[in-house]
Amino acid sequence: MNADATFPGAASPDAADPILSVRGLEKRYGERIGCTDVSFDLWPGEVLAIVGESGSGKTTLLNCISARRAPSAGTVSYRMRDGVTRDLAALGEAERRVLMRTDWGFVHQNPIDGLRMRVSAGANVGERLMAVGDRNYGRIRATAADWLARVEIPADRIDDQPTAFSGGMRQRLQIARNLVTHPRLVFMDEPTGGLDVSVQARVLDLLRGLVADLGLAVVIVTHDLAVARLLSQRIVVMKDGTVVEEGLTDRVLDDPRHPYTQLLVASIPES
Amino acid sequence: MNAPLLDVRSVAKAFRMHLRGGLELPVVRDVSFAVAPGECVVLGGPSGVGKSSILRMVYGNYGVDAGAILVRERETGALRDLGAGDPRAVIGLRRGSIAYVSQFLRAVPRVPALDVVAEPLLGRGIARAEAQARAAAMLHRLNLPAALHGLPPATFSGGEKQRVNIARGFLTDHPVLLLDEPTASLDAENRDVVVAMIREKLDGGTAILGIFHDEGVRDRVATRIVDVASFSAGRGRPVADTREARHASP
Amino acid sequence: MRTTAMTAAATPGPAYNFAYLDEGTKRMIRRAILKGIAVPGYQVPFASREMPMPYGWGTGGVQVTAAILGPADVLKVIDQGADDTTNAVSIRAFFRKTAGIATTTRTVEATIVQTRHRIPETPLAAGQIIVYQVPIPEPLRFLEPRETETRTMHALEEYGLMHVKLYEDIARHGHIATTYAYPVKVEGRYVMDPSPLPKFDNPKMHRSPALQLFGAGREKRIYALPPYTDVRSLDFEDHPFTVQSFTEPCAVCGARNVYLDEVVTDDRGGRMFVCSDTDHCGTRRAEATP
Repeated sequence: MNADATFPGAASPDAADPILSVRGLEKRYGERIGCTDVSFDLWPGEVLAIVGESGSGKTTLLNCISARRAPSAGTVSYRMRDGVTRDLAALGEAERRVLMRTDWGFVHQNPIDGLRMRVSAGANVGERLMAVGDRNYGRIRATAADWLARVEIPADRIDDQPTAFSGGMRQRLQIARNLVTHPRLVFMDEPTGGLDVSVQARVLDLLRGLVADLGLAVVIVTHDLAVARLLSQRIVVMKDGTVVEEGLTDRVLDDPRHPYTQLLVASIPES
Repeated sequence: MNAPLLDVRSVAKAFRMHLRGGLELPVVRDVSFAVAPGECVVLGGPSGVGKSSILRMVYGNYGVDAGAILVRERETGALRDLGAGDPRAVIGLRRGSIAYVSQFLRAVPRVPALDVVAEPLLGRGIARAEAQARAAAMLHRLNLPAALHGLPPATFSGGEKQRVNIARGFLTDHPVLLLDEPTASLDAENRDVVVAMIREKLDGGTAILGIFHDEGVRDRVATRIVDVASFSAGRGRPVADTREARHASP
Repeated sequence: MRTTAMTAAATPGPAYNFAYLDEGTKRMIRRAILKGIAVPGYQVPFASREMPMPYGWGTGGVQVTAAILGPADVLKVIDQGADDTTNAVSIRAFFRKTAGIATTTRTVEATIVQTRHRIPETPLAAGQIIVYQVPIPEPLRFLEPRETETRTMHALEEYGLMHVKLYEDIARHGHIATTYAYPVKVEGRYVMDPSPLPKFDNPKMHRSPALQLFGAGREKRIYALPPYTDVRSLDFEDHPFTVQSFTEPCAVCGARNVYLDEVVTDDRGGRMFVCSDTDHCGTRRAEATP
């Protein structure tokens, strides 16, 4: 169990109302169900893991709650920086896009999907700053350099393109690019999925530290229970588009109740 | 006697193993006891009788099927039912009111021992420098060489890992402290240190619930022993290491 | 557009409608132009026609010119500032043949100037129209290849990407090294690609008394700057926009503060810098010789 040793937790999850509330969410693709009847709340500073195998609907769910896809039914509400909770479906496209590049982050499994591969690392990090109107080159570059250091990318790589980076470095760059505007909520889709084990550990540790230091709220989709255990306080287990079990991460993993969760837990090698 | 900090009432637990055709493994039933400030209640009984399961339930790591686990919340003084299964309630109680020193440290990759120990203090809003200083002092007291403080515990020996674990659990001032065989891998000298630390906690009014197989240590710290065999739901059939049994593939 | 008496040099061939395009097509293009003028800097899609010349020869500019040309107009065509290059000569000949209009090399005499890559040194006046030939109208294309996405970015004024490009310049070269097709912001709203103009000419677009029209034939886009439109070149606070400067004057006419072309004079490294604007250079020389 990890209950004793691994909680990220600089922020106090009790502090306030939920930052994200999902109610009765459903996504259909024609007759096929992507996910259905999903409800949960996420509080500031809290990390929620969504686990399940491929096709369980976890990525569909992530795309719906991050406003990348429109749900077929149900609501997703987000508490904006001004404290007002808004239904995402009621936001205009302009508002939604501003939200996505300022208050939110999205870390893709494949860094290529989240980076501009043909511009330098510094510009990849600086883009969000320029998008929100920063017009001072020196300041943008200094901030980018600071963030590269925080994700352990050597300073002399600031002008290199991500095409010249290893997989782990690309993923760390993608993380920096997302966090530079100090988002309050970050969505992650299998952020360590494509990486070698040793590289994975570094990215995980980095994420864990940043999440705690910045008090981020995170929804992380993963099929890797070890990742969920290391990063999250709460977990949602999905199967065939529905939530079969949820609760405190170490409770669900150490005392799984649902047959599917027991199967998942039994399927990982002991370490 | 002071009002209890931990009050376990009629708790029952069984594991239903769906991978084995829904086989139900009863663990304990009618578990009731309380721990007051300054008390060290030791869970006694033979191996496999359910001692560790009770400790895990009290920490919220295992769910309960019936009963209540009331923990006095440090901030408000109110009793809250940790066994009710609300994750955020458990997280809140763990942050301020109840701490756990497990038998084994689940090492986090790349995090130095010093930071592993200091982390709960950071979570309580204490500045990093102060948290690290207090962590270093605690590790020093447990005779963990300073050269190891900056290294991740993943490569430490069993005894070194356990001392990191103990330091982490003892550093904060949670009013309820759960100890699962804290001295199992320690030599005599460090065992004495831990015994002294437990006594200091008790003097300070901490309520301790523990499992100690080492009779010498148990006799030096226990104020009361609760016989878990009396709660056994196994009807004379000890549930041998339920965790292994449950996690084995069909 | 001038519709008064004709001072034509040649008679249009009977096979062509006036200025080659049929009247319906010209009206379609004029509607796009009017919309462009109404929304300065916005790229208006139009049904670009096949022209009797290859893409890359200025088919967008030619269609715009054809749509606005009247019998009394006087047309000047330049390519890289010169009136006597193949492209310029051919387009002038095209309109002489199909519209029978007068042509000129003199900026001050022209009512319409069709250009590739330059704005004349002689300041344009109210009533004149300059038509730019544009290869790639989308300033965001370099960093965002999806047309659906760039349109949304324009609609929502998401222009951070343009500065990413300038950032890359400074990071790589220590200064903004983009020297042509330097992006501008129009009336504080739309970011616009001014065609492959040297950035030297960017300030000439700002609050110009002339009407400025941009035509991209292959990409099927028209955009416009009405007279006296605000046109600002993008930059950073600590790396402000500057134009190229030349240390030497024009080797032929001695002009300073004009855009110069480098001319190789022999195969032993000899070279000279001369005015890119041939009309401007020639006029100065004529004035200097009594």
